[in-house]
Amino acid sequence: MTMTLQNLAKDQPLLSVQGLSKSYGTRIGCADISFDLFPGEVMGIVGESGSGKSTLLSCMAGHMAPDAGRVIFDTASGPRDTVQMAEAERRRMARTDWAFVHQNPRDGLRMGVSAGGNVGERLMAVGARHYGDIRDTATDWLGRVEIAADRIDDRPRAFSGGMQQRLQIARNLVTGPRLVFMDEPTGGLDVSVQARLLDLLRGLVREMGLSAIIVTHDLAVVRLLADRLMVMKDGHVVEQGLTDQVLDDPQHAYTQLLVSSVLQV
Amino acid sequence: MIEIGNLCKSFTLHNQGSAVIPVMQNAQLSVAAGECVGLIGASGAGKSTLMRMVWGNYLASSGFIRVGDLDVAQAAPRQIIALRRETLGYVSQFLRVVPRVATLDVVAEPLLALGVCADAARARAAELLARLNIPQRLWALSPTTFSGGEQQRVNIARGFAHSYPALLLDEPTASLDAANREVVLALIEEAKARGAAILGIFHDEAARDRVCDRVADVRDFAVQAA
Repeated sequence: MTMTLQNLAKDQPLLSVQGLSKSYGTRIGCADISFDLFPGEVMGIVGESGSGKSTLLSCMAGHMAPDAGRVIFDTASGPRDTVQMAEAERRRMARTDWAFVHQNPRDGLRMGVSAGGNVGERLMAVGARHYGDIRDTATDWLGRVEIAADRIDDRPRAFSGGMQQRLQIARNLVTGPRLVFMDEPTGGLDVSVQARLLDLLRGLVREMGLSAIIVTHDLAVVRLLADRLMVMKDGHVVEQGLTDQVLDDPQHAYTQLLVSSVLQV
Repeated sequence: MIEIGNLCKSFTLHNQGSAVIPVMQNAQLSVAAGECVGLIGASGAGKSTLMRMVWGNYLASSGFIRVGDLDVAQAAPRQIIALRRETLGYVSQFLRVVPRVATLDVVAEPLLALGVCADAARARAAELLARLNIPQRLWALSPTTFSGGEQQRVNIARGFAHSYPALLLDEPTASLDAANREVVLALIEEAKARGAAILGIFHDEAARDRVCDRVADVRDFAVQAA
């Protein structure tokens, strides 16, 4: 429980992104992005579609090779540049220390495998072998994301969109990652389902002392989830800071436009 | 505990002809532990702006705002997050919560964030909600559907759940009936007695006279027309 406080005492960033750039031919994906993420911090990246936020996330998570720059992660054996890592090593890290929650649960789940299997598979990938233990842990995690134990043998196809998203979160967090990348995790869900998912994510971040990077275009989501905010436009970061400061007292012209364009409810 | 000096603030409205609106100049203020200072001045004079700069959601243009050991005007986001978790509480006029979360959990959350166990955090939340006369049948419901006065009391319960060494109170007695107003004033007095430094905005003059040791007029910090 005191994990977040201990983490805060450490001055070593968990992730340090330095000069990350990616172009598609002459078109800029993201340009010269640098920031440090500390243990227990949740950072939001906002911007309109085409602003480069998804490109940045893909480059950080190793799904896409950047043209330049470093993504230094504080691994068990010290800080390492994950861009330069061998593919096999980066994949192993992506399974253990990292997690990636896709906007569309179908991209992050195995649709032909049961809910319990989806969670258990991740445990087996990191070396769990005892069937009873794996099933118990899977049941426990389904409970934590509010999926009833009697649905453990059902396939995700039979689940609603919100349940599929919660299952994807369980599958990703069961191995106890330290850093979670999320791409529009509440996109495509009903507003009422979004709220439950936000509460769930907040609780998990707090209890597990997770760090997270959340890409979204929804300012209400980042206000409730993110400690820090980075605003992107045309591949560049135009403003960053404490979330409520960026939203309540935006300094850059584009952020002011973005914030003032949100409909009040 | 709270020490403000040479504080200036202006807003630049890029999408309205890049108008620069200076709103505060050389603000000076200090609040000692166990002291309550009330901000006064007409609506629009900058009371809330000053409070928000202390909270950190408004950027200071220059000057310093020390809360404990931290200069909020210069601090990194994670330092402000830690300050808000451990040292600085804020009762705003508006309740902003994740929809569909039970009132009891909304009030307990600041304690959970500090690592207090769930049972102890909920017990403290229940104690405050009962004291602020929120009927127990509402505790399991989300406060987003509550009346204005009820939401205000939930906000107050949340702000007083942890014994913050420094507190910002924005109209804590607005929209409350006499009995609940009395409870809130007692909570403020207890916080002062345990040594909290409090900066508040009170339009309720009787309340201000009772809990504030002195007042600061934000018109003293207003930008003089050139």
